[in-house]
Amino acid sequence: MSIVTVQLGQCGNQIGHEVFNTICGDVHGTHGLCSKKENESYHDACKERFFSEDESEVPVARAVLVDMEPKVISQTLSTAARSGSWKYNDRSHFCQKQGSGNNWANGYSVHGPRHKEVIMNLVQKEAEKCDRLGGFFTIMSMAGGTGSGLGAFVTQCLRDTFPSSFILNHVIWPYGTGEVIVQNYNSVLTLSHLYQSSDALLVHENDVIHKICAQRMNIKQISFRDVNQVIAHQLGSVFQPTYTAGGGSHYSRNPLGDLMESLVPHPEFKMLGLRNIPQMPENSLAYSTFHWPGLIKHLRQMLIANAKMEEGIDWQVRLPHLSSSVPSTHSINKPLHFNTSIANLVVLRGKDVHSIDIGSFQDPSLYACWLNPQEAFNAWKTPRAFNKYEKSTSLVSNSQFLLKPLDNVVGKAWNMFASKAYVHQYTKFGIEEEDFLDSFTALEQVISSYTNL
Amino acid sequence: RVSLPFAVGQCGNQVGCRFWELALREHAAVNKKGIYDEALSSFFRNIDIRNGGDGPDIDKGKICSLKARALLIDMEEGVVNEILQGPLRDVFDSKQLITDVSGSGNNWAVGHMLYGNQYREKIVEKLRKTAEHCDCLQCFFIIHSMGGGTGSGLGTFVLNLLEDEFPEVYRFVTSVYPSGEDDVITSPYNSVLAMKELNEHADCVLPIENESLFDIVNKIHQMINSGKLGSTVKQNSLVTSSASSAKIVQEKPFDTMNNIVANLLLNLTSSARFDGSLNMDLNEISMNLVPFPRLHYLVSSLTPLYTLADVNVPPRRLDQMFSDAFSRDHQLIQADPKHSLYLACALLVRGNVQLSDLRRNIERLKPSLHFVSWNQEGWKTGLCSVPPVGHSHSLLALANNTCVKPTFIELKDRFMKLYKKKAHLHHYLHIDGMEQSCFSEAVSSLSDLIEEYNELDATKGGPSADPGRLKIAV
Repeated sequence: MSIVTVQLGQCGNQIGHEVFNTICGDVHGTHGLCSKKENESYHDACKERFFSEDESEVPVARAVLVDMEPKVISQTLSTAARSGSWKYNDRSHFCQKQGSGNNWANGYSVHGPRHKEVIMNLVQKEAEKCDRLGGFFTIMSMAGGTGSGLGAFVTQCLRDTFPSSFILNHVIWPYGTGEVIVQNYNSVLTLSHLYQSSDALLVHENDVIHKICAQRMNIKQISFRDVNQVIAHQLGSVFQPTYTAGGGSHYSRNPLGDLMESLVPHPEFKMLGLRNIPQMPENSLAYSTFHWPGLIKHLRQMLIANAKMEEGIDWQVRLPHLSSSVPSTHSINKPLHFNTSIANLVVLRGKDVHSIDIGSFQDPSLYACWLNPQEAFNAWKTPRAFNKYEKSTSLVSNSQFLLKPLDNVVGKAWNMFASKAYVHQYTKFGIEEEDFLDSFTALEQVISSYTNL
Repeated sequence: RVSLPFAVGQCGNQVGCRFWELALREHAAVNKKGIYDEALSSFFRNIDIRNGGDGPDIDKGKICSLKARALLIDMEEGVVNEILQGPLRDVFDSKQLITDVSGSGNNWAVGHMLYGNQYREKIVEKLRKTAEHCDCLQCFFIIHSMGGGTGSGLGTFVLNLLEDEFPEVYRFVTSVYPSGEDDVITSPYNSVLAMKELNEHADCVLPIENESLFDIVNKIHQMINSGKLGSTVKQNSLVTSSASSAKIVQEKPFDTMNNIVANLLLNLTSSARFDGSLNMDLNEISMNLVPFPRLHYLVSSLTPLYTLADVNVPPRRLDQMFSDAFSRDHQLIQADPKHSLYLACALLVRGNVQLSDLRRNIERLKPSLHFVSWNQEGWKTGLCSVPPVGHSHSLLALANNTCVKPTFIELKDRFMKLYKKKAHLHHYLHIDGMEQSCFSEAVSSLSDLIEEYNELDATKGGPSADPGRLKIAV
């Protein structure tokens, strides 16, 4: 089954480009440390998932590029084509000239309806090229106007047009100290709307990735390109082909479906966080060796302690013993409070994957009491190494990972809304105070649900 | 994506002239192949003059003949004629000009009411024609001074017109405010009458004060002459705009100061014209920096100062560039943003500056700045890859800050001094359409604006009210 990617806005297009680059680089540029047969299976599965072919035999990304101004798409298309190893379809893009002005209302209420037909036509064309459509992967930031507003609108259209397809939104959480002053408004409006149409939201926080670049990758002068490459690596580590538990001897053909089934048992809980280890500068890789038990231990503690990366993990945070009669109080700021999960997915890539013991992720105390830990945890594996890492593991978690960031954004947005600052910019384009209130209400509900796990 | 500048009056046209020269220079430096590209099209049309300039625009391919997208308006002919005889003569054609002979006599009413009504149709017609040639019209720029008659009166008349004819296109106004020692006695009247129009019809105003420009020019001179910058001034120095002189010479009064304003406009539009990893468009500036419709006055600063001069300087400490952007010496009006209240702040970086440099400096400078309680982290940032000509990087800072208040208060005081004595009022009142109420309404509008800033200042330093969060049923 194939995934159609929709790249929205400057951020979505810049990241999308890095994602395809990484995937292609992984398949062609590394030999995977496994048998030739394994490699070929991997290659074929990856191609089916992400690329189609045209006369030129250069793989064509299954993607639609959308932006309300032309410069980024233009650059994205040409850079991809220059690589020689893959490209975008020349016609699978749509752009306008004037941008969305960082205005969610402009993206959602003006650009959305105005360009709905053209955009959905492009999506339809890509979908038709797939032998079997596995779903949609949209990439967008929450802070701006196009990715956020138009992105929310397009997601709604996808849901309307493809009611039984899986939709996964990849959402970029902006830096806390702004990139855009109205980013909290745009974020609140985006999240509340996506929650209605999307199957799940997979989140990357700029602040977190920035830290990874600084502390793990040792990059001195960090650019957006660096940030985007780390994000692309993390996404690739999840979406490149793997074997699932029930999948037998073939690479899984339905990654989005498998993801939703594993991670989203209840529609109230759709926020997914992503962790990937190890992460280090490329030139150190050759000198490092990793052992699975160590990686698993670190990853599990990152889950429990809600650590954003593999440095500075708080080992003091522990799970309560089940036999203890002390009920855990549900407070976000309680010290040593552990991160409660709805569901977890661990992806393992590299040598000796099949011998790894990941039983520790099935500990019932990790999960909310109304869940069955056997069902709440899944693992995907492949012996084929990913992107030059001899061993690599990722955790996709539906847990309280994003509770604090969500609470922060809603809090800041509410604080601004109370003074009515900037609201006139939104009402100008048809988003009224009531719409804001609806969004706040929806998100407070999500916060409450996650808090009370 | 087009930005359409209107230069109105003597000051406006002199600044405009510097702007067009700098724009051509900037694009020439970037566009080595002589291809007419998107970046060029935001300010210039490409036409084949063999058709007498009446043929359709040439959208792609080689540059034939560039024509500036602009309207030049003046009620005297001197300045515009000079432009048409100078190096820019091929960049304009007569259809873009609206001139008269006798000027406005430093009288806002003459500019706004008399000439406004007289030239209304002609302006609308030329405006429509110019707009027709634009694929996507995003923004109008009005460049004018506040203290005179044409720029101030007719300039604000044009502003009104733009709102009527093209309500969806953003209106940015670059206004040069008169200083206390301005030699035009009636400049306070003209400025306050114009302010009312700016309050009501502009989307964003970038106020400029000559004193600040003068101080900055002197600083640059000092830097160069003291040898601190470590090298010589290049030929074709922007500071002199004289092709032959190698020393700093003030060719014309205001020429060097006008360059600064021209650079402001270039930098403001750079991210819309050139590539970058985080684009910042003009509509984004308006969206992020104007939290309430009337509070749309933005204090600007351009650093490093030497990017305003054509000097060959090895790049200095990057962080200094950021620090300077917030110092009172570098603002284009007499204001001290550091000691007043920020409502919002935008930083547009050009050239060889990375995301991490930008973030590091924001973190570093944030603690010393006061932000309003509902916008504690209110930063808008942009990264444009193309630096200004001959330099490796530069920074434009735009602040919506209560430090504009003193400028407005002083203006009001100077106005009241004249108004109380009814000095010179008769020059205005005998113009058709002008009444005493125009004056009282104008000063009232200004007072209201000052009051809005007062209310915000009152919140500074106090505890931020904590609006309780929405409670929902669990």
